[in-house]
Amino acid sequence: MSLGRYVGRRLAITVPVLVGVTALTFSFVHLLPGDAVDAIVGFRDVSAETEAAIRAEYHLDQPVWDQYLLWLRDAITLEFGESPVTGRDVSATIGRRLPATLALGGAAWLLALAIGIPAGIVTAVSAGKPADEVGRLAALAGIATPNFWLGLILLFVFSVRLGWFRVLPPDAPLVSLATVKFLVLPTITLGTAAAALVMRLLRSSMRRELDAPYVTAARARGLPERTVILKHVLRNAFLPVVTVAGLQLAFLVDGAVVVEGIFSWPGMGRLLVRSILRRDYPVIQAIVLVIGIAIVLANLLVDIIYAILDPRIRY
Amino acid sequence: MSDRQPTTDRGRIRIVGFDDAAEQKRDSDASSDTADAAGTTADPSIASRGATGIDPTTASTSASAFAQPGRRLENAWRRFRRNRSAMAGLAVIIVMAVLAVFARPITVSTAEVTITLQPFSLAPDDPTAMFVGPPNAPPSLAHPFGTDWAGRDQFSRVLVGGRYTLSIGLVAVALALCVGVQLGAIAGYFGGWIDEAIMRVVDVLYAFPFLVLAIAIVPILEPVPILGSGYWTVVVALAVTGWVGYARLIRGEVLSVREREYVTAARALGVPDRTIIRRHVVPNAIAPVVVQATLNVGTVVLTAAALGFLGLGLEPGSAEWGAMLAQGRSSLLRGDWHVTVFPGLAIFLFVLAINLVGDGINDALEPDRDGRDDRRRMR
Amino acid sequence: MALLEVDDLVVQYYTDDGVVRAVDGISYEIRAGETVGLVGESGAGKSAASRAVLRLLDGAGEIVGGEIRFRGHDILELSVDDLRAIRGDEIAMVFQDAGAVFNPVYTVGEQIAETIRTHKDVTDSEARDRTIALIDRVGIPNPAARYADYPHELSGGMQQRAVIAMALACDPAVLICDEPTTGLDVTVQAGILELLAELAATSETAIQLVTHDLGVVAELCDRVLVQYAGEIVERAPVDDLYYDPKHPYTVGLLAATPRLGDDRERLPTIPGTAPDLIDPPTGCRFHPRCPYAEDCCASRRPSLVDPASGRPDNGDPETHVAACLEYTGDLEAGLDYEVQVRDAADSDCRERKQQGEPR
Repeated sequence: MSLGRYVGRRLAITVPVLVGVTALTFSFVHLLPGDAVDAIVGFRDVSAETEAAIRAEYHLDQPVWDQYLLWLRDAITLEFGESPVTGRDVSATIGRRLPATLALGGAAWLLALAIGIPAGIVTAVSAGKPADEVGRLAALAGIATPNFWLGLILLFVFSVRLGWFRVLPPDAPLVSLATVKFLVLPTITLGTAAAALVMRLLRSSMRRELDAPYVTAARARGLPERTVILKHVLRNAFLPVVTVAGLQLAFLVDGAVVVEGIFSWPGMGRLLVRSILRRDYPVIQAIVLVIGIAIVLANLLVDIIYAILDPRIRY
Repeated sequence: MSDRQPTTDRGRIRIVGFDDAAEQKRDSDASSDTADAAGTTADPSIASRGATGIDPTTASTSASAFAQPGRRLENAWRRFRRNRSAMAGLAVIIVMAVLAVFARPITVSTAEVTITLQPFSLAPDDPTAMFVGPPNAPPSLAHPFGTDWAGRDQFSRVLVGGRYTLSIGLVAVALALCVGVQLGAIAGYFGGWIDEAIMRVVDVLYAFPFLVLAIAIVPILEPVPILGSGYWTVVVALAVTGWVGYARLIRGEVLSVREREYVTAARALGVPDRTIIRRHVVPNAIAPVVVQATLNVGTVVLTAAALGFLGLGLEPGSAEWGAMLAQGRSSLLRGDWHVTVFPGLAIFLFVLAINLVGDGINDALEPDRDGRDDRRRMR
Repeated sequence: MALLEVDDLVVQYYTDDGVVRAVDGISYEIRAGETVGLVGESGAGKSAASRAVLRLLDGAGEIVGGEIRFRGHDILELSVDDLRAIRGDEIAMVFQDAGAVFNPVYTVGEQIAETIRTHKDVTDSEARDRTIALIDRVGIPNPAARYADYPHELSGGMQQRAVIAMALACDPAVLICDEPTTGLDVTVQAGILELLAELAATSETAIQLVTHDLGVVAELCDRVLVQYAGEIVERAPVDDLYYDPKHPYTVGLLAATPRLGDDRERLPTIPGTAPDLIDPPTGCRFHPRCPYAEDCCASRRPSLVDPASGRPDNGDPETHVAACLEYTGDLEAGLDYEVQVRDAADSDCRERKQQGEPR
């Protein structure tokens, strides 16, 4: 099967999942207790006109199926209306917050790879030696540390006590020295556990690959150990790491929800938490939809990359 | 081999005498030792290939270990006990559980009577009692972990807080397991449209991060009367989001197990599907699920604490570790470190211990396989 | 001086159940151009012995004693770089399970060419041309197209041919083939054996052939070593071994080889299974399974002797030696077996008997 047809088949599987993701997100306000209008306005008392306006905007007088399709049409054109709580345009709010989250998530992901990959290789190659045991415990500690706790401690030590980093984010644009410097602590907070996960995954998959006959065969051919590890073993060991990139994205999003709040970083995660606390459900709905679609597309991309990396998958 | 080239010279060579001598030896072995005979006389042509012949001199423990489930568990426990870090993790969990249970008396009250189930009280103060000491006091002899902004004893709160965290982790994972294992096993075993339907639901739920999904579920569950206090809201939210992982994992295992001969044989004998799943498929597919569930207790505890930290679910002011950290945040910015350090350390210790135990179980159950191999669940 | 001399080699594996002495003091030599078979049941330590030649034992295995001299230099004393220079260039290996020998994510051609580039001073296109010639030489049709194939795109037989091509990449002086035909279909096996036979006949490469299949040995080898429980129990030129086996184990192996024309109800077998090498039997390691064993076999350990004279092995690889107490005159009852050779006149009788066979 050619790569093109594989991608086509994979796309075909993605469509029902996207439908499911949008349907589930759509039903969110309907699953909330009480009337949908009450849910949308966050259970506040509103005037009759406002209620009528919301009924019209959300097409609540139509059958549920039509409501979904109309909502979907609006969602595709990024028309999420206004927040009944803040009165601001939902799409614009998310559009303003998204770059900040992408910057933080991207930085944390790079940090995770930069630490996780070399550490994974070193610990896998030195199996049974002290380096492996130290690495294993460090990774477990990284996974076990609650990111909100780590964030608070970093904030306390480096911002409050040492005064190295600002406590509040600068007003400067996203791409500026002040912002980059501010991002150091949140990036470490968010990236530590992700790095630990990458390291553990790479370590175990490399250990498994190192036992494979082709490794012995490569050594029997007289290839230098560097080539054996970096060209042959790593290429295969990397495949499982690639497959969890989608899960990693979900993991980073979860982390961002917490970490952005600690560092007052104006991203989507903080917006989500704030919206929950003030019952701004249309905003929550839009954020959840963006996250869900992003992860579905990331998984699609991962599978395509996997097929390119692993020739066996194209049967 | 001679089928290949029946005309070569060696087709003409034939050994006479060895067989007769071997036969005599077999007979004498059989008469002298019945145990020995089991392997050598039953069917010599099979025994000689060394595949099934049970010779008492060579039968090694590892070969027969996988024959009986009892032995398998016993061996796994033996391997687990040898794993020092896993045993240390187990000890930490037990100590934390004991401290949580015996922190304050547990009573069940009805209108007339109050039954005390557990009279001990390790915690010096009532975790909800305010101003048992000065607010935000650093650790001292009277208050080893200091006090929080309301002058509540942190030590007592951390001890009692273990009740929330540990039980949420345990109950949410157990609930998720019940749902996930059943649905996953059904999907994998029956295949077809049932599989398609269940797995598409799994795929859809997988598109939402654990914490984000839980955050969205909490307001849906909150007003449901039975769930009442935030505790069950958190548990159900975490179970609803948690089952998909198990379903996916066990489905993959079942898919591989159901192709094996003993399942085909059981089906051919007319054993009902339910029995096959329960007796043959699940027990053989459960090992990676056990590992996953153990590790997930850690994830669930972290997520529950994150929910508490964000002020969702449990009532504010609860002695839950995550909620305590959230309250410590403002104290921290003023320089009072102790309010955040101890609850955080408690979460860290517990999750670390769970991970050590999970790794230990993985190594003990499947020394040759990595339970967290995500490759097989993606394909 | 022989090309490859193995002297008193001891290999141990460290397992959870104890130390396994997979190879316990074996010695042999291989001269340029000859083909030597190493035969035994699985678990006899054949693979460990041949992997030890290139120091390729996996983590749990260790060479604890002996010498392996290649062109007079002890391989066990070589630096990592010197060893690497020999691997794949002077001594190459053909592994069993060809499907797993290639790295699945690189093309077959790339992996063969990589070997050439590692050892020879060639350009990429020279390495490529040479690889295509090698693929052609091992009998894979359409070699230029197969160069770009991934391993899983080849059939099992073609994979094994490609493995042989990879081993031949640098014209090695010694080729160690570890069960090269195991797991292949009978017809495919025949093709691989033909290829190896042609190789043995036409090239200067010496071959050490490790197998459990006496039929394969008969077809390819000049000399045979029979290994049992980590020790060599018999060494002979190939014809001597088949027409005049001396060690009871060899006799048992030969008797257990199925052939057309057998009029027996079932195949004779060697009773029992290969011994546990953590705690090997005392005395002669074969005695618990040997139909001719006597009391002394359990206590006295036989060494390789000339069966005719009973004198110790003189070291000449062409002499027939066996390790059985019979040849040092210690057995009372002796060995009671006989080798029958049927001539061509029997052939019609063979036809008839074959039909009478149950399978």
